[in-house]
Amino acid sequence: MNKLFLIIKREYIAKVRNKSFVIMTFLSPVLMVGMVVLIAYLTKVNDNEKSIISVLNESDYFSNEFLTTEGTSFVHFNNITLEQAKDSTLNMGYTGLLYIPNETTLEQVTARSFFYSKKSPNSSLVDRLELVFQERLRERRLQNLGVSTKDFSALKVNYEINTATFNGKQNLKGINEIKAVIGGAFGYLIMMFIIIYGGFVMRSVIEEKTSRIIEIIISSVKPFQLMLGKIIGTSLAGITQFVIWVFAGSILMLIALYLLDIDLSAMQNGAQLASSINTAVPTVDETMQIYAQELLDIPWFTLISFFIVYFLLGYLIYSSIYAAIGAAVDNETDTQQFIFPIILPLMLAIYVGFFSVFSNPHGPIAVGFSIFPLTSPIVMLMRLPSGIGEGGVPLWQLTTSILLLIVTFIGIVWLASRIYRVGILMYGKKPTYKEIFKWLKY
Amino acid sequence: MNNILVTKEVTKHFGKHIALNNVSLEIPRNSIYGLLGPNGAGKTTLIRIINQITYPDTGSVFFDGEKLKAEHIAQIGYLPEERGLYKSMKVGEQALYLAQLKGLSKADAKKRLKFWFDRLEIGNWWDKKIQELSKGMAQKIQFIVTVLHEPKLLIFDEPFSGFDPINANIIKEEILKLKEKGTSIIFSTHRMESVEELCEYIALIHKSEKILDGKLVDIKNAYKNNIYKIGMQAPNGDALLKELSNKFTISASEYNLLEQQLDFTMQFPNKETGTILSYLSSKGNINNFIETIPSANEIFIKTVQSKINNE
Repeated sequence: MNKLFLIIKREYIAKVRNKSFVIMTFLSPVLMVGMVVLIAYLTKVNDNEKSIISVLNESDYFSNEFLTTEGTSFVHFNNITLEQAKDSTLNMGYTGLLYIPNETTLEQVTARSFFYSKKSPNSSLVDRLELVFQERLRERRLQNLGVSTKDFSALKVNYEINTATFNGKQNLKGINEIKAVIGGAFGYLIMMFIIIYGGFVMRSVIEEKTSRIIEIIISSVKPFQLMLGKIIGTSLAGITQFVIWVFAGSILMLIALYLLDIDLSAMQNGAQLASSINTAVPTVDETMQIYAQELLDIPWFTLISFFIVYFLLGYLIYSSIYAAIGAAVDNETDTQQFIFPIILPLMLAIYVGFFSVFSNPHGPIAVGFSIFPLTSPIVMLMRLPSGIGEGGVPLWQLTTSILLLIVTFIGIVWLASRIYRVGILMYGKKPTYKEIFKWLKY
Repeated sequence: MNNILVTKEVTKHFGKHIALNNVSLEIPRNSIYGLLGPNGAGKTTLIRIINQITYPDTGSVFFDGEKLKAEHIAQIGYLPEERGLYKSMKVGEQALYLAQLKGLSKADAKKRLKFWFDRLEIGNWWDKKIQELSKGMAQKIQFIVTVLHEPKLLIFDEPFSGFDPINANIIKEEILKLKEKGTSIIFSTHRMESVEELCEYIALIHKSEKILDGKLVDIKNAYKNNIYKIGMQAPNGDALLKELSNKFTISASEYNLLEQQLDFTMQFPNKETGTILSYLSSKGNINNFIETIPSANEIFIKTVQSKINNE
């Protein structure tokens, strides 16, 4: 135990002191925050460039449909000719001129209307203008059918089907996706952690091999102790890095927001505006409230406890495979052919998770992959936000998944330690899969 | 118990390949034992078994009278053939780390390291990184780490490969001092001449089998065949040589007519050394008479050949 502690300590210190590790630890949050700030800043600059549209309306069919909104404002010209209007628009430096001629019917008006601009207009602007015409035309046709304007506004309906579970709990459309995204974020975190820090474990093993210190060490400790110490030490360094990233990232973010006075919600507002125009959902706030309630209802405690369980088991399985690969080869360039088969189930888990679990969190594919041990740490976490038991992940699936993962963990660590034990003493050539298989019997 | 280490019929397979076949050795306490044999004979495998890095398929190993177990690791010091140190770690830190892995307390390890660093005159290296040191310098540190925990048994695999002559000599001296203090030492090498003068006992390993072992003096005596190298002042050297070659086997000869110096190597028949010697001295003035003792290398080749002939 004491020796294991020594190994963990050495690995941790060696990792944390490593120059590139230190640089990455402190540079990454700066880069990430910098990126977000840059995007926010650019978006703001983009938004600030208001487009001003002049309107020359000669028709009686349109009056005040064109309302100034964030990003676009309308200037109405009166009693001038089209040519004059064009000149003034150009002189004033406006974005464009909307010309609505005076015709007898609305159809003719809309058919002859034009939008003039110096450059070809952006599509969202054109969409907005078209929407106004479409609304007007629809209203007109309904009037022809005997529906009054008042009736027309009354006609506007917004319907969403009510969904509920059998025990009467209200369900919300899209909440499955949101839950899966939250679970997915945890799953993604596990994958990233495995790939980054598994690679660290592997490189650390290769370093011991190439520096030829390995045999000196394993004459004092068991290869298994060394492997375990390496994995734990590297993971602790990894967790340290993650914690620093989260804290430094949040602090930097707050500072950046404060200093630059950037409103992040501005970006979201823009997106919501576009969608609210198209689908005309009036009760955004109400829905948000229910979503928020649902998010609070997510079993966070369960989720985080199982995140830890799946994270530990999944990470230990994969990093011991990484350690075995490091032991089998002499240098990093030889690792490629062995790494690909490890990354494969991870990628599969993420993709299956995003495609299958999002649409149907308890479908057969989602269930299968959340039980299969190499993908379960990621896929099961995507399913877990909907809870355990009724309406969520059945208890038997969860237990099967964890039991299988534990069995696999023991099996893989056993296999990996055997490969490791033989591999660390093999020098000079790149082994084939066949040879590695033989090592298991040594 | 007079043996520090005993192996009994140790066999080890790697797949279909036999690395060790029924190897039994007895390594006497407080001796220098040479484990000799060409590359790939199985020496390193045997040493790894002694260090419990790998385990034998069959057979057993006894250390200090007890069956080999994990705790014995602390009483064995091993300098492997493939040796190195962490490149980016400071010398002192890594020596401390390795010493602690051997079971020394931090304070104890520090004290002993200080002693050894001063002794080998490398005290100012403590805060240097290995990558700043030369290969010979790094090997001094490896040597210190191997002997620091004062093990009962020291095992050196190809100890002098890569050492420059000066450092090799320093290390050789240190090893001899350790032996005087009561440590048992195993040398493993394929360059037999490099350790011959140091070893009291040897074992020859060839193709996974032990083909010969015992006290080096006894082995040499058994292999010496009464061959002597003689140098004498003889006026009629040519005639004498002719006369002798009719009766005995003469392997090499040279006669310098000007100085009347005759040098030749001759195998004496058993128990006639005295007679022949007095006859020779009547023919001239003998100025040297040396029994030629076969080198370990020669013995090795001879044994391997006789083994092949027997098969």
